[in-house]
Amino acid sequence: MFGWEFPPHIAGGLGTACEGIVKGLAHNGVETLFVMPSASGDEDQSATTILNASDVAVAYASDTVDEFLDKVKFLQVDSSIVPYVDPEEYFEAIEKMKKEQVHETTVGFGQKFKFSGKYGANLLEEVSRYAQVGGTIAMQHADEFDLIHAHDWLTYLAGIAAKELTGKPLVVHVHATSFDRGSEDMIDTRVFAIEKRGMEAADRVVTVSDLTRSIVINKYGIDPAKVVTVHNAVDFSGRENISVERGVHEKVVTFLGRITFQKGPEYFIEAAAKVLKRTKNVRFVMAGSGDMMNRAIRQVARLGISDRFHFTGFLRGADVQKMFALSDVYIMPSVSEPFGISPLEAMRSNVPSIISKQSGAAEVLKYALKVDFWDVDALADDIYALIQYPALASFAEKEGYDEVNNLKWNNATAKLKKVYESLL
Amino acid sequence: MKKSICLYFQVHQPTRLRQYRFFDIGKDSHYYDDFTNRTILKRVAERCYLPMNKVLLEAIKENGGKFKVAFSLSGSVLEQFDRYAPEVIDSFRELVQTGCVEILGETYYHSLSSLIAPSEFKHQVLKHKDMVQQYFGVTPTAFRNTELIYSNDIGAQVYDLGFKTMLTEGARHIMGWKSPDYVYSCEGKKSLKLLLRNYQLSDDISFRFDNPAWCEWPLTAEKYLGWLKAADGEIVNLFMDYETFGEHRSADSGIMEFMKALPALALADGGLEFVTPSEATRRHKAVDELSVPEAISWADEERDTSAWLGNELQQDAFNKLYGLTEKLSILNDPVLWGDFGHLAESDHLYYMCTKFFSDGEVHRYFNPYDTPFEAFINYMNVLSDFIIRVNEAIATKQ
Repeated sequence: MFGWEFPPHIAGGLGTACEGIVKGLAHNGVETLFVMPSASGDEDQSATTILNASDVAVAYASDTVDEFLDKVKFLQVDSSIVPYVDPEEYFEAIEKMKKEQVHETTVGFGQKFKFSGKYGANLLEEVSRYAQVGGTIAMQHADEFDLIHAHDWLTYLAGIAAKELTGKPLVVHVHATSFDRGSEDMIDTRVFAIEKRGMEAADRVVTVSDLTRSIVINKYGIDPAKVVTVHNAVDFSGRENISVERGVHEKVVTFLGRITFQKGPEYFIEAAAKVLKRTKNVRFVMAGSGDMMNRAIRQVARLGISDRFHFTGFLRGADVQKMFALSDVYIMPSVSEPFGISPLEAMRSNVPSIISKQSGAAEVLKYALKVDFWDVDALADDIYALIQYPALASFAEKEGYDEVNNLKWNNATAKLKKVYESLL
Repeated sequence: MKKSICLYFQVHQPTRLRQYRFFDIGKDSHYYDDFTNRTILKRVAERCYLPMNKVLLEAIKENGGKFKVAFSLSGSVLEQFDRYAPEVIDSFRELVQTGCVEILGETYYHSLSSLIAPSEFKHQVLKHKDMVQQYFGVTPTAFRNTELIYSNDIGAQVYDLGFKTMLTEGARHIMGWKSPDYVYSCEGKKSLKLLLRNYQLSDDISFRFDNPAWCEWPLTAEKYLGWLKAADGEIVNLFMDYETFGEHRSADSGIMEFMKALPALALADGGLEFVTPSEATRRHKAVDELSVPEAISWADEERDTSAWLGNELQQDAFNKLYGLTEKLSILNDPVLWGDFGHLAESDHLYYMCTKFFSDGEVHRYFNPYDTPFEAFINYMNVLSDFIIRVNEAIATKQ
């Protein structure tokens, strides 16, 4: 299994999902070797064996070397690519890079790469190197595995290299697509090309929602017969809900996540302004950071609601739980969300949630309220209803809690195991 | 008639806010970063206030009382002196006792109340006046508003509060062809005399003094004296931050030696005299009325109020704060008034300024926050807690 990150050192939800998947697979009797670019050594290896790509030297046998390089050298590694930035940041990164010495991938015999395993400006270079190391690892461990599973575009090339060199079946797992990161006409074509290549080379494509499945079929032109949805789950084991003394008496409505175009922060702000016109018994919190944060702050100030609309900045670990514990309503107004794990976390913390219909989570959550992301009036209505009508809130809270507790990785990975079995 | 030199120094330190998080709202109502405030105050006292007061005191004594200066001390900085460095108050008191130092009136909290709330403005000016009487035993007769903010309307209010002289900026867009080196009067309130800052000669000391890239660097007292004499009016008003000396411009630059040398040199010349602002307006007649319909200040290239109220963040924070004055008047609680006052310090709004390109350097120097957005978030979190306290107090009272 090729991944990019694994708890505890994670930047996004991908690492958490990977952990849930390997644990769930272990429960279902499937062993995994988990390859990642930069392991720290403090990962929980109870359910998987972690292979650190930074520790592996790329060794080339005579004939296979050329073949191997042929496979990976279609990549131009002199250009910068960043998965989650806006055009301005991208421009700045390019400008910065121009000033620095540009790295060429000169692969020597027996050379180790030091991966950052992050999402930095030289990501494409790392992706290319990871593919080479991935291929090498696959050859070294060829008799230890039956199937290759690659998570998101960062690892697809490694998956392809491993498949080419070992002939074993490849499953690519689509946690997000380029269309979730940019808008329709502004996707990164180089990432798109890698994604498409990975999906085409794969024997099965697993998507985290039907929403993502239809993107894979319609936007990437993949044969529907080989695209399977396995909805995400969430691992709440060992988690106790904390209780926090409240400082504010009003109801608290929370948005928690990256403040980016994809997450729809402006719809939340507009809805907040509408609700505040009708009741003062409410405060809104936008927790997180991102490239739209400053714009969001300006929007709040312009609407004149900054005494009722608070920003916390990026929250870590315990503060996230604290924020949920302080919330009465959770909002995920995403414009495009392949799945969206945060409302599950909120509902597990007894917080009723309103999510956009344009999210994968909407396919599995029956007890979350659902609105179109652009329908600010509907969002305002639902917020108002949840804070004003206790019967609705307590119903959504109780049923939602039970519902998310039943979304287990063990069930999701049982489905995944069937996918594997169909290929062996 | 000798040409007058009027030196005035602004002494102020903001009451900086601690990092105040959303989670603190409604739970913890201590808003201030006491450690930073103490650290900075003690540092500036050591580098600037104490040594520079000594320089000025010696200059007054050496020149037999012919060297004169004026200060404004905000209530905010005086509270910090009281708490962290009371010896600074003694040293100012010693200066005032020479009779050669005038203390000016201003708003107690270095606030922008003059732009929005006349009654609050009056309240803060009188509070400041009481403080000056209590600490220094003198009653201010000349006024300088926060950051030299002035308009016809503000001038009229200041006059009604009993001041005869007011200091402001010789802003180019107001002066046009007129020279700032004369006394003017307020349009509509002829008896209020205006002293206008000569920004060229003031900034030579406060901004350019230690800049080796400046074509006049290094600036000597002799050279500067030549410029003072060349100024063609009746009075040269040199207004600047007191922290220029030893803090903004380090002592290594020789700025204190410069100020040590200047008084004797200027007096020896024979054609120059030092005056305090109130003396200046007694000595010189107003040559014209000055019409200032829109507020001006000494800040940035624009010389207006855009450094504090230029963007929507600043305006929203400002309106939310002043929206509380009515409730606060009903409550009349000294603790709430105190926090309100500290939140009204103009510095908090200055930190939210987004004019990064022309005056960014100056703004960054004074700003404890990385971005104006951080400044806004932190301020609004504090203000949200304060609003809760005000509303709870109102509810209890009813």
